[in-house]
Amino acid sequence: MPTTQSQIVNFQGVAKSFGAVRALAGVDMHVDAGECLGLVGHNGAGKSTLMNVLAGTLSPDTGVMSIHGQDLAAHYNVTVAHDQGIRCVFQEQSLCPNLTVAENARIFHASLKGFGWKKRAGKMIIDKLDEIFPGHGIQDDDVVGDLTIGRRQMVEISRAFTVTDEALDLVILDEPTSSLDVVAATQLLTYVRKAVGEGQSCILISHLLGEILDYSDRILVMKDGAVIAEKPAADFTRDTLVAAMGNVVKEKEIEAHERFEKIRGETPLVVRALPRTQTNGTEFVAHKGEIVGLAGLASNGQTRMLLQVFEGATKRVPNTKVEAPVALVAGDRQTDGVFHLWSIGQNIGVRSLKNMVKGWLIDSVQEASMADDWKQKIKIKTPDMKDNILSLSGGNQQKALFGRALGSDAEIILMDDPMRGVDVSTKLEVYDLIRAEAEEGRTFLWYTTEMDELFNCDHIYVFRDGKIVSELSRSELTEEKVLQSSFKEDA
Amino acid sequence: MLNYLSSPKFLRSALPAASLLLLLAAIFYIQPRAMSQFGMNLMLQYAVPIALATIAQMFIITVNDLDLSIGPFVGLTASIGATLLATNPVLGVLALIACIAAYAGLGALIYWRNLPSIVVTLGMSFVWLGIAVLVLPSPGGTAPGWVKAIMSFKIPGIPFPIVAAAIIALVVHFALMRSSYGAVLRGAGGNPKAIARAGWSLLKIKMVMYAAAGLFGVLAGLSLIGLTSAADAHIADRYTLYAIAGVILGGGEFVGGRVSPTGAVLGALTLTLTGSFLIFLKISPDWQIGAQGGVLIIVLALRALINRREASA
Repeated sequence: MPTTQSQIVNFQGVAKSFGAVRALAGVDMHVDAGECLGLVGHNGAGKSTLMNVLAGTLSPDTGVMSIHGQDLAAHYNVTVAHDQGIRCVFQEQSLCPNLTVAENARIFHASLKGFGWKKRAGKMIIDKLDEIFPGHGIQDDDVVGDLTIGRRQMVEISRAFTVTDEALDLVILDEPTSSLDVVAATQLLTYVRKAVGEGQSCILISHLLGEILDYSDRILVMKDGAVIAEKPAADFTRDTLVAAMGNVVKEKEIEAHERFEKIRGETPLVVRALPRTQTNGTEFVAHKGEIVGLAGLASNGQTRMLLQVFEGATKRVPNTKVEAPVALVAGDRQTDGVFHLWSIGQNIGVRSLKNMVKGWLIDSVQEASMADDWKQKIKIKTPDMKDNILSLSGGNQQKALFGRALGSDAEIILMDDPMRGVDVSTKLEVYDLIRAEAEEGRTFLWYTTEMDELFNCDHIYVFRDGKIVSELSRSELTEEKVLQSSFKEDA
Repeated sequence: MLNYLSSPKFLRSALPAASLLLLLAAIFYIQPRAMSQFGMNLMLQYAVPIALATIAQMFIITVNDLDLSIGPFVGLTASIGATLLATNPVLGVLALIACIAAYAGLGALIYWRNLPSIVVTLGMSFVWLGIAVLVLPSPGGTAPGWVKAIMSFKIPGIPFPIVAAAIIALVVHFALMRSSYGAVLRGAGGNPKAIARAGWSLLKIKMVMYAAAGLFGVLAGLSLIGLTSAADAHIADRYTLYAIAGVILGGGEFVGGRVSPTGAVLGALTLTLTGSFLIFLKISPDWQIGAQGGVLIIVLALRALINRREASA
């Protein structure tokens, strides 16, 4: 495609990998002056990575990045992006909580200095807040850490739209409305249309499909690090957009799992819990020997549900009944899972220490035999279970964590999206292991952000905003149904 | 108005000044004769070097690091000041500049290799002490005349240490809290990622902050020998803990870039006065460190109470 002057950004074949994970598989994307581009896709589709590349915080491995008609891929960074008039409102907050609103505006603009800078910065940011969010109630000398999260988001968005001496051509809004209430969200989107009308451009990322459909000119759909659909917004409806996001269903694999389905309720109930923020009384229920999936977009209350069950096993927790001991397989291995300084064997044995003490000491013979047991059972690839846990690959570390849970006396295994960043062959081995253990009568509560993994489950609860919004049996499960209920209905 | 005065925000910022005033009141009650210019001068004379060292520590804490070597570093600069600077001023000044440059280098190293500052500075504390012993093997030396002249400067009516402390607080307040680059420096403690994303160099920020700490360490060493007129490699070993305690007493936090230069100076004054207070109470010097710790714990407990009220509000 020839690059024209009215094109602000033109990406061709932009690719980025993190180790073995391919986050962007050669993306083509262009943004014209005076348009709002909507960007949608499921978790991990590569949206945020692409925006980080555009904002200059990540550099791509390969690809052409034309900005205002020049290929800048070789020496692109945050400063260049800023000079080119590209601003980004990141998903995580990038304000300094210890500074005031005015000081945060100053940090964004190198040219705001000299006598009276605080007054100028304060006036600039408050004027912009007044323009976008009338009635916001924020003062320029408020310390950001003292503001509510919604107001912080307002400050961050307004800051991206402030102009000093650099040009402002394109603002990336990554989930801008996630912490705004309905009124503020509408104010923002109205302002976006106004700015676009004046010739600025915008990239809008949102999980609220209604926003994307109503406020963008053109929609880009991403999946697995690639753009899989691109059309004017008017050509999409909510249903066709959902279909476009997840139409690659692996029929064969699904069939293979189908035969595992059990009849719900044949076995005794082991978990019954009401999510704390549930309003309509739908309970989370699991029976012995079941694999129960917790689906929905990332961090919509699934982990909190697992932790509630975890606490319910040892303590009295309101609205929570857990009938058997539990063990948790962490998803964030490095922070919540492995003990970095311990051997593989010690890492596996730690959940079962109570059963292998002799006097006051840990019986090292028992510990070693348990380690070797599990080395055989789950095929951990290591010459010696006494080696440090970090000598293993990520997938094998995860296997060790499964060994820790499965080797314990726990009847209920909680899995907090444990397959993140694990290679396919390990995944398949672990799926079989879970299946086999479920046959033996263990119960699995499995939070996963990967659609394919849900097809291993007998019963699925879809979470949104901390609530169960939908309940599907294995035979009812389709990717489309999960997506439909993961995304909010139009308000 | 009353609402504002009882708000956690106000209480928190007023706590350093309130603890200082309370301590002063207690001293004047026990020993009314201390309420004179001479008495104040005597009680507070060491406040100036402690305040300077506290400010040095505060710069480091602003960027979420901790300096465990500031005491020995002050000892080193004092030793250089009492020897080289007196005998060969050019060489002396160069040596002190090298000390500041070394601090900036440490900041660069800590950022570049992502090292824990506690470990690096703990190691460096022995290096500083070692060099100080080489420079000045046994207590002695002479402070240069101009240093002594500055430190014995007398203003009619107002005790000199209070004037000096006010000047230090004002200068640092303007540099760190009011200047436009100061906002960036503090921001680096609050959210370094955001600062980097806005296009600022974190390396430069760390180097600036460490260099500033080095500069104030040098000033602390010089002001100290201005008072004692001789030096010793171990003269300021206690300053490491004084400086940390001063920053925290003054309302600073170990992480998050929340610091207050005025508070830090008030904290240093409070710590200095606790020494005198305990002497007036006829507590033996052996117990002083412990009693100072006690004061620290009381103030921090008060602050924790205020913070809890703020969290529940």
